[in-house]
Formats: sequence, C-alpha cells, structure tokens
Amino acid sequence: MKYITQLLYILLFTGLGELLEAVVPLPVPAAIYGLVLMLIALCTGILKPEKIADTAHFLIAIMPFLFVAPAVNILRYFDIIRSELVAICVVMVVSTVIVFAVSGLVTKLLLKKEVGKDD
Amino acid sequence: MIEFLSGISLFPMVLTLACYQVGLWLRKKWDNPICNPIIVAAILVVAVLLVTGFPVENYQQSMGSATWLLTPATVCLALPLYEQLKVLKKNLFAILAGVSAGTVTSLVVVFLMCRAFGMDEQMTVSLLPKSITTAMGMVLSEQNGGIPALTTVVIIVTGILGSLMGTTLCKLLRLEHPIAQGVALGTASHVMGTSKANELGALQGAVSSLSLAAAGILTAILFPIALMFL
Repeated sequence: MKYITQLLYILLFTGLGELLEAVVPLPVPAAIYGLVLMLIALCTGILKPEKIADTAHFLIAIMPFLFVAPAVNILRYFDIIRSELVAICVVMVVSTVIVFAVSGLVTKLLLKKEVGKDD
Repeated sequence: MIEFLSGISLFPMVLTLACYQVGLWLRKKWDNPICNPIIVAAILVVAVLLVTGFPVENYQQSMGSATWLLTPATVCLALPLYEQLKVLKKNLFAILAGVSAGTVTSLVVVFLMCRAFGMDEQMTVSLLPKSITTAMGMVLSEQNGGIPALTTVVIIVTGILGSLMGTTLCKLLRLEHPIAQGVALGTASHVMGTSKANELGALQGAVSSLSLAAAGILTAILFPIALMFL
C-alpha cells in the first residue's frame, strides 16, 4: 500500500521534529523542525518526492478541514476574552490587514525592481 | 438527546464533515469570501453543540485524531516548497524582505494598539504572537507571562481573518503576483493563510509555507526586543 508507506515516511519526519522540539530549548514547534528536515532530505536527494507525494498532497488538501475543530475550541475560552472582546477584535482585524498589506506590498515592490533589473 | 448523541462515537466527526460540506456547497453557490468553509463549519458545529448541549470537551476529544494530523500536514508543506524551490531561490530577497517587514509591523502595531486600548502586560504578551503558528505563539506567550489559551484564540481568529479577507485584500491592494500573495497570506495568517494560499495556487502555497516558517522564527528572535518596551 503506497499510501501507508508514504504516511510512514511523513510520520518519520514528524517524529524527528517532535524529538528536536523536546531536546532543543527553543520555542520552535515540531511541525517547523519537521518541515525543515523534510526539505533538507528532499534537496539532498535522501528522500525522493514520489516517496511521499500522494499522501502529502492529500494531507495538504484536507488542512482547512482540520482547522474546524481548533476554531470550535474558541467556545471553551470565550470567558477569557469576554471582558476585552471589542478591543481584542479591533486589534486583530486592524493588525491583520496592516501586516497583510505591508508584507504583500513590500514584496510586490521588490519583485518589480528585480524584473526591472533583468530588462 | 445528549445521551443518545454521546452513544454515537462518530457523531463529532460526522457533524464536522457535514458542516464542512455545507460550507463547500455555500461557497460554490455564492462566490462570496464570507462563505469560507472553515467559518461556516465552525459556526454550524458551535450552534449544534450549544443546542444539543453536547460538551465541547467531548467534541474536542473525539476530533483529536483529526487535529493531530495538523502536525504531519504542516511537515508536508516541505513538498510544495521543494517543487517551487527554483522560483523561491530566485526571489528569495523579495520574499524575506516582505516577511521581515510584515513581522516587524505586526509586533509594532499590536504593541501600540494594546497600549492605546490600555491593556495590561499579560494581555499584550498574549496578543503579540498573533500572526505566527499556534504551537510557536503559545510557547512564546507562556514563557513571557502571557495567557496561552488567549494566544491560541487570537492566533486562530487571525488565521480565520486572513483566509476570509485574503482574496479581497489581494484585489484591493492589487497584489496580482502569486509571490506577493503568498508572502502576505503566510506572514499575516500563518498555517491557515497558507492553506488558503494552496487553494489559490501551487506557487502561492509554496511561498506562503516559506513565509510562515520565516515569520515564526523571526518573531521568536524579535520577541524579547519587543518585551523590553513593556
């Protein structure tokens, strides 16, 4: 079963990520360690993309669905935010829009410059 | 009613799948960004839980296996990154500059707004890591005297906001370039923005994965500096 074998490879890197998270005293989560390790393995040719491709694409495709339960979890913590609800909402909406705009526009501007250099 | 539903161990999963399906169907019917399947599903699930009195704790416990898959799914983002490596390398400077600008902006804007609203130190620390991935933000909040549960909530809401407003913001800001779209989604709204970016296109997804990792690491580095101003 290729899906099972692929899942095992993916879980191997997830496990290595979890190991690093436990050992290294940095606030970096297992998922980021795993991602970097898998990228290194792919780039160095240790891991062939086809060894994980089908299951990886499946997991990435269902990611939005996996976020439903964490979103529902807000219900559990509603009491904490109730007192400052309006202020927190304003901070979140405004800062998200600003960060989105700044990061996107800076990238856009620099991309344009690069293209200009090529001409 | 609760006893009946509690007897069906598949109830939370079936409920979530059905609600998500409604979200997908609504999005197909009206092409409106409000019809985001995550939000539609979450609202419907919350409504059903409240109406039936089914405990949220039990719901989360049953959904644990699905939530657990988020870590391996995030690890798998290495694959689109690898597939787009050439384009990413070529535009690495523009991507990292965009991520850095966004990350610094996030810390400064959140800090100043918390001050403006007169929030205390604990609240500010909890809100500061709102743009990075949950696992990282929670740790930063906890280590520096914040409330991890509150941080989790703001991170998820930020993710929802990013995937909700992403397409509209790209249009308003004229971000037509897939790389600029990916940077904005990944920097502003972490993994949830990245899953939206993957829906927009493979390049957007890859750029967003890179941005989310870079933004997370950069936030961890800059966090102590931001705290010095508290």
